[in-house]
Amino acid sequence: MKSFGYTISKDRQIDFDANNRELTRLIDAIEPSIRLCLGCGSCTGTCSAGHFTEFNIRRIHTLVQRGEFDHLKKEIMKCMLCGKCQLVCPRGVNLRNLILSIHTALETSGI
Amino acid sequence: MTFNLFVLPFVLGLIFLLFLLIKKVRDWICEMDPTNKEKFRTGFHSQQFFLAIKEIFFESLLHRKMFRKNPLLGFMHMSFAFGWFLLIVFGNLESRIYSGLWINPPYFPIFLKFFIHDKRVLPFEIFTVPGFFRFFMDLLLLFILGGMVLAIIKRSRSKWFGIKKTTQLQFTDKVALICLWLIFPLRLLAESFTAGAYGYGVGFVTQHLGNVLAFIWPLSDKGVAYAFWWMYSLSLGIFFVTMPYSRYMHIPVEVMLIFCRNFGIHPRKGADYLTEIEVLSCPRCGVCIDICQMNSAAGIQDIQSVYFLQSIRNQQVMESFAMRCLVCGRCQNVCPVGIHLDFQRIVQRESFQKKQLQDYSYLPASLPRRAEVVYFAGCMSHLTPAIPRAMKKILATAGVDYLFMDEDSSVCCGRPQMLAGKSKQAEELIEQNKRMIMNSGATTLVTSCPICFRVFREEYELEIRILHHTQYLLELIKKGKIPLQAYHRKTTYHDPCELGRGSEIFTEPRELLRKISDPVGTENEFRQSLCCGGSLALLNASTEEKNKITKEALATYLEAEPDILVTACPLCKKTFAKHSPVRVMDIAELVMEAIPEKSW
Repeated sequence: MKSFGYTISKDRQIDFDANNRELTRLIDAIEPSIRLCLGCGSCTGTCSAGHFTEFNIRRIHTLVQRGEFDHLKKEIMKCMLCGKCQLVCPRGVNLRNLILSIHTALETSGI
Repeated sequence: MTFNLFVLPFVLGLIFLLFLLIKKVRDWICEMDPTNKEKFRTGFHSQQFFLAIKEIFFESLLHRKMFRKNPLLGFMHMSFAFGWFLLIVFGNLESRIYSGLWINPPYFPIFLKFFIHDKRVLPFEIFTVPGFFRFFMDLLLLFILGGMVLAIIKRSRSKWFGIKKTTQLQFTDKVALICLWLIFPLRLLAESFTAGAYGYGVGFVTQHLGNVLAFIWPLSDKGVAYAFWWMYSLSLGIFFVTMPYSRYMHIPVEVMLIFCRNFGIHPRKGADYLTEIEVLSCPRCGVCIDICQMNSAAGIQDIQSVYFLQSIRNQQVMESFAMRCLVCGRCQNVCPVGIHLDFQRIVQRESFQKKQLQDYSYLPASLPRRAEVVYFAGCMSHLTPAIPRAMKKILATAGVDYLFMDEDSSVCCGRPQMLAGKSKQAEELIEQNKRMIMNSGATTLVTSCPICFRVFREEYELEIRILHHTQYLLELIKKGKIPLQAYHRKTTYHDPCELGRGSEIFTEPRELLRKISDPVGTENEFRQSLCCGGSLALLNASTEEKNKITKEALATYLEAEPDILVTACPLCKKTFAKHSPVRVMDIAELVMEAIPEKSW
């Protein structure tokens, strides 16, 4: 392809029809505090696993909200469950239980 | 042959119960691994056997721990347990006088007064053998009935017994309870009516009551007495049949638990026969309800250990239920049966985490250099940077050659995962960390976090010294490596759950504090210490609920009006600091401040 010095961005539309919102609802029922998140990223900033890898708990939260679970399984395997994220969260989101509830949701859906 | 149809309910109930118990005990022994089986077998021929008997006597019969909690509560339990025990023993002895045999049918002593009518009037009755038994058996019955009256009062006035909130009983418990309450009044009435109807006395209580009954109710003949013997037998029979399905199963099973404990058989990993024995040993006394801060502070009244063990027994444990606990160990500390309640909770959590996914290949394999002393601050200490900063300054002052293992990047110790029931995940982390520590060639591992400290000690199997920083700092001070100046401030010490109750470290922090401040004691310290509410083991509580627990704990510490609230755990510090009007500090910070300026 001829290069004109610019590219076309990939489509970043979130397709809620294709996403698995059922699992989102399940996780939401187990840990309702995830709705309190304001996306500040303190959790990701303090994360021990995030220091070594690309592990990003704010991103995980966003993906859960969207219902995009395809890559989540590989990601949350890195979490050490230490709880630092939860302690720095200014909104009191129960992030450790979020991780556990994602485990549960993935298990029930067989992903 | 002494026999009557009415003994059948009792006999059948007893046979049913014994059959079930023998089967259970046989199953448990079959399940034991060879070492425990050997321990169990040899235990009976060792000194431990006598210690077990002693414990059974003091705890299962006399209820010493219950007496310590509340004398009235203790007396109530003792009159039932010890009174009934004596009634059985002396009833047996008494029956032998009359039968002249060493072995009698099991119902004979129980219903002795129905079969034997001793019409003799003896001079100095109480000093003769049959007279003594007549007197003593009535006294015992009175003793038990006294306990029963207390038990009925306890239903509505539990505060007199030192209990604020009593256990909500399930259906089978209620049936068994009613039978138990009926047994002794029915025995009294059966014996009294018999005494009245046959026109002679069998004891100082039953004789007089019998005479009165015969006087006010002339119809009370042998038929009425016979009806009461039937009811007495029925109440016993139903009690025995409901026993395995109610809380009263603790009576026989606790004996098994005490033997296991004294023979050195302790719960290890996962659910097995011993966790089952422990679950069945729970008498649902409800001592764990008042002590639980989830109840006293946050008003959550359905997750306490008594209900949790009940749900395990009924096989109805729900995940959200299992996860809703601080695992602070306060209930385990007061449990009169000595059930490993924290362990039970974690075992159940594990059962919900079947698939354990983890990938920690990203963690570093070794430390940058070798050192004698390795310092591990712990994840939580990174959120309270004043603690590692203080430790760094103190260690530099003391001239210790140390390696700060998690200075730039923290690796979790694995305990938070174990508390969540993810034991397999934790194992992988433990392996990773262990390799790093072993490669460093360290002989001492110092940590600032009691959560890490506990898992290092219990799970890592490191053959080096593992110290919490309070222990290490005290050691350095005693060696004269840290110069301290007198510093007068009123301090109150909060025992972190994992350090105090969890790891039995009580004296070192206090000794340190005495050197650098003026500590004042509080009501809840040592083993009675409160949880700060920040426990990592509590997985699904709201911030409001946790805050309530924190505020309750804080209020009790502030009663002592300290200048500084001191703790030895970064998580406790962070949790308290959020709400405390006074300064919250870690001991390490206090030690650092007590070092004269020119020393560093």
